[in-house]
Amino acid sequence: MTTTTDLDRELTLRLRIDALVADYIHCIDEDRLEEWPDYFTADGRYKVITRENYDLNMPVALIYCDGRGMFEDRISALRTANIYEPHVYCHMVSALKILDSSGPDIRTQSNFTITRTMSEGDMMTFLCGKIFDTVTEVDGEMKFKERTVILDSRRIDTLLVIPV
Amino acid sequence: MDTAQIDPGTDFVWPSEDVSQIPFRVYTDQDLYDREQRVLFQGPTWNFLCLDCEIPEPGDYKMTYIGDAPIIVVRDENGNINAMVNRCAHKGSLICYKPRGNVKEFACIYHNWTYNLRGKLTGVAFGKGVRGQGGLTEEFKHDEHGLERIRIENVRGFIMGTFSDETPPFAEYIGQELMDNIDRVFIKPLKVLGYHSQIFPNNWKLYVENNKDSYHASLLHVFHNTFGVVRPTMTGGIKLSDSRWHHLSYTQREEIGDDNIAKEKIRSKQDDYSLSDTRMMEHVLELGDKITNSIQTVFPTMVLQQILNALAVRQLIPKGVNESELIWTILGFDDDDADMDELRLQVNNLVGPAGFISMEDGCVGGFIQTAAKANVDAQTILPMGGRKIEPSDGSRVTESAVRGFWKGWRECMGV
Ligand code: FES
Ligand SMILES: [Fe+2]
Repeated sequence: MTTTTDLDRELTLRLRIDALVADYIHCIDEDRLEEWPDYFTADGRYKVITRENYDLNMPVALIYCDGRGMFEDRISALRTANIYEPHVYCHMVSALKILDSSGPDIRTQSNFTITRTMSEGDMMTFLCGKIFDTVTEVDGEMKFKERTVILDSRRIDTLLVIPV
Repeated sequence: MDTAQIDPGTDFVWPSEDVSQIPFRVYTDQDLYDREQRVLFQGPTWNFLCLDCEIPEPGDYKMTYIGDAPIIVVRDENGNINAMVNRCAHKGSLICYKPRGNVKEFACIYHNWTYNLRGKLTGVAFGKGVRGQGGLTEEFKHDEHGLERIRIENVRGFIMGTFSDETPPFAEYIGQELMDNIDRVFIKPLKVLGYHSQIFPNNWKLYVENNKDSYHASLLHVFHNTFGVVRPTMTGGIKLSDSRWHHLSYTQREEIGDDNIAKEKIRSKQDDYSLSDTRMMEHVLELGDKITNSIQTVFPTMVLQQILNALAVRQLIPKGVNESELIWTILGFDDDDADMDELRLQVNNLVGPAGFISMEDGCVGGFIQTAAKANVDAQTILPMGGRKIEPSDGSRVTESAVRGFWKGWRECMGV
């Protein structure tokens, strides 16, 4: 039976994860990408993988970061080296489901859609799929320990440079 | 069934005497696109279909394309690989509509005609009619209505296909020097580590040219220089097949001693910008030589890639005049251990639609396509390295290989 305490705990957890996800997507959508690595633990792992590869148990990702340095490199490369037509994302995230909250590492699943708007103003639905997260608390703050973005939309239009 | 198509010819006239000027019209013209399908993709060219290791068991099939034509590649009961056009002999429905799978036979969903794994028509639903009414007449011969078969060759595990009987054997098609590079890189049985698909907002030929254009690498892909991953001490060159249709561009590290060749690693230089994590740039010299990058093209649309330890085959599929799709099949060796698997995942951050040194190739073709539409009678110029189409031993600052592509295109297109 669900007790009031269980419900309180669940609600608090949902609110905290929701706040983390909201901060995360606004950070990306508002182009504060230098802050992006801070949303992960120092040993955080991040993968953007197509559903095709995921379902076939094939490991190759479009973007793979393992540890803070690789997160920083993604951002310094897109700021200093990579060339692309300027664009912004608008993330829509929904249907947060808590898969496991029994230990310190909380596992969740959610759906997302990203629209991409180019500098000339044309917008397209760029990516959609599921996100599997492992969230943990570090010094009182929620962080992603692992974030696996699974793209239903496996055909990448032109290029993928800004993280999801 | 004789499927040879009638060549209606073309009004298009190549506007200059050689291939150092390219008319923008070739990227925008629907008639030329249609002609390419008939006489180039379905002409005397070899096209990448899939890998042997993707269809290991009898009945395993994979859907693919040669140009616009949908193709099925399947392994039959005897272990042989067959390729057929994915088009029912009845009313032309796709026979396979799932990208991969395992089947005992092919059954068309529309009226349930069935074909064996060699494409032979084995059954026609209600062929005898119902209660003596309808059905096929005597004149219908099952043998005359199989799936159209594609000639294939298994080249070191890469299944190649051609519509034409005229196409020379693959080794002859690309020549000894370029065959040697396939042997150099793909030294062991392969495994697939995953796929990427990338849509380019441009005509397919702009991406093919981009691969043959080694001149752009250090200029467009600034990552190389910014993070010091290509060093001036590196040498390289361009090889061309005798036909000039195919090319190989490579760089190698001259400075490594032979003593430590097996496990030597490359680090990025420490500079204003340096990578926080250099694992992605580590290079295990698994091929027994010092070549860091090799990009090999097989006319018209296949690219074989070795970038450090990132191995891949890329297949370009035209999607109408203004669009194309690149399928990346990311490879490793079947006997890779866990460390090597991890290294390949790391280094694959460099390539693919989000690759540090390849993402720009996704947008640059679109920039040209935009200009091309507005200027179909104008021309691009390919002056680097003169007008000749010659291999280059030292420098890669040449557009020779691009001119070689246009030589092949003109020969196939008869213009
Ligand atoms: S179209 Fe295939 S059986 Fe009719
Ligand atoms: Fe490039």
